[in-house]
Amino acid sequence: MNLEALASCLSTSACAVTQVSTALIIGMLLFMVASGLSLIFGVLGVINFAHGAFYMVGAYFAYAAYQATESFAVAFLAGALGVGLIGILFERFIMSRVYGKDVLMQLLVCYAAILIFDDLVKIIAGPEYKMMGMPEAFALPPLEFGGGFVPAYYVFMILASLAIGIGLWLAIEKTRLGKIVRALAINPPMVSALGINTTMLYAGVFGVGSLLAGIAGALAAPTRTLTPGMGLSILIESFIVTVIGGMGSIVGALIAALLIGFTRAFGAIGFPLFVDGLMFAMMALVLILKPSGLLGREPAR
Amino acid sequence: MKSGVLRDLAVGAVLVALLLVLPILFPKPALRDFLIYVMAYGLLAMSLNLLVGLTGLVSFGHAAFFASGAYMFGLLMQSGTVGIPVAMLATVGGTAVLALVIGAICVRLKEIYFSFITLAFQMFIHSIILTWVSLTGGDQGLRGGIPRPPFLGIDLNDAMTLYVFCVVVFILCIAIMRQVWRSPFGFTLRMIRDNPTRANFLGADVVRVKLGIFVLAGSMASVGGVLLALFVSGAYPEFGFWTTSGEAIFMIMLGGSQLFIGPVIGAVLLRLLDHFVTIYTDHHGLVLGAVILVIVLGLRQGVADYIVDWLERRRETRAAAASVASEKGAA
Repeated sequence: MNLEALASCLSTSACAVTQVSTALIIGMLLFMVASGLSLIFGVLGVINFAHGAFYMVGAYFAYAAYQATESFAVAFLAGALGVGLIGILFERFIMSRVYGKDVLMQLLVCYAAILIFDDLVKIIAGPEYKMMGMPEAFALPPLEFGGGFVPAYYVFMILASLAIGIGLWLAIEKTRLGKIVRALAINPPMVSALGINTTMLYAGVFGVGSLLAGIAGALAAPTRTLTPGMGLSILIESFIVTVIGGMGSIVGALIAALLIGFTRAFGAIGFPLFVDGLMFAMMALVLILKPSGLLGREPAR
Repeated sequence: MKSGVLRDLAVGAVLVALLLVLPILFPKPALRDFLIYVMAYGLLAMSLNLLVGLTGLVSFGHAAFFASGAYMFGLLMQSGTVGIPVAMLATVGGTAVLALVIGAICVRLKEIYFSFITLAFQMFIHSIILTWVSLTGGDQGLRGGIPRPPFLGIDLNDAMTLYVFCVVVFILCIAIMRQVWRSPFGFTLRMIRDNPTRANFLGADVVRVKLGIFVLAGSMASVGGVLLALFVSGAYPEFGFWTTSGEAIFMIMLGGSQLFIGPVIGAVLLRLLDHFVTIYTDHHGLVLGAVILVIVLGLRQGVADYIVDWLERRRETRAAAASVASEKGAA
């Protein structure tokens, strides 16, 4: 415990700004991953435990594409679309076989997928740590906010994920397709009876959820070291986020992701060893007081 | 019922004999070590199956009690004030209290929310272990070894004696769990699993019964932790990490959740699989993942469950064929 360090950081604006930017990028990345998880759970009712692996694959796709083309735009698209496609295939050939089975079966299938993806990445990319490096386009001087400096890429990352989040929310709440997806979450037989191909829709939703994990991976690639096991920790954290925010709620996921981001960024200074403990304590507290999460709809009891 | 008890006793006796004879037939220490590992993790998996298979409570945080067993026992022994039997009893008692507190909060939640809150508590305990360095040694684990002072003329520093001690404790716990599995209490649990509303109408206090089995399962898991701590002479934070819970769930699914002994079969299978796959290939995850996919998508249940069902189906078709044949003979 080092609460003096935390207090002194908060009192200087330079340190506070740096930590806030760290909190925001952790939070926004988590939001990308968790909103995908939440979307899949909200509509399909399954928990995609392989979501962390998708995040990792997205980062590696972006890395490979960037090595080949030196273009961040291509790397971003490769990560996003590549993982979206993998998500659709995974849903069609594997996940759809365990719908309606107990959660243990889904857990096991996803566990198998995690093991396989981790090993494939190890075989194809090698087990050593990889660094993508900052793309050329973002080799700008850091921006100054109130005495603290924030890399330009961080600002881009935060704005990009915010834009994607808003786009996703608008798509679900305001479009016709979004309406159909919401109906699918509540009453699939009725949607099917109205002549809509629910099988395709399920695959599509799973694909979009995976796409979000891929985007998170691609966005994270320039700022993180890439390792075959990188998906696990973000998986656990995005569970915390979905539980706190409420399963199936995009806005809830955003609030909870920022909460976790700030806990991580400032906890790293004040109480580095107990950050995990605090996150799980918050999750337990939410489950005890309001099991459906801050903004979850259905009652869980 | 009585013949059932006799059969259980016979099976138990055969199991003890087998476990005791195996290391004499193959006197390699590696086999003994393997069996002790299987027994410790087997207890973890079997106690978890009291929740998963019997009651339908999918706990993701069962390893918390495994770790609490290992740490409490290790700390008690290192304090040097008590002997092994007292330390074991105190550990089981202490873990039971811990499980009572955690369970009282958890069992009120349903389905996936129960899974998540158990996971949260486990990770909370895990980070306490990591943070409280002065007591637990943090991420280095409980160092300095766990002393094994002789008691009642039994000296556990001798490898074979330690092995026999583990077998006896293991079988004792199995017997207790078997008793629960067959008791009216066990059938109440099955009813709660299949139809909690009906169980409630029939007068079962669902929350209380669930809490009861949660405490019992936690206590049994702590015995597994004690055995492992005694064997490796230490305790490590990984015992309480979520991967340990995941492994236990995997053992249950691999072996089968509806056969009493299924999780132990799963523990043996997983350990063997781990062992041989690492010998033959570096791509351990790829092979293990493929095996899981085949079992889940192919068999759609645990190996032991599948074999039991298959035998039953075969018996039924034979009986049907026999009755058809006898009808023909009569005609």
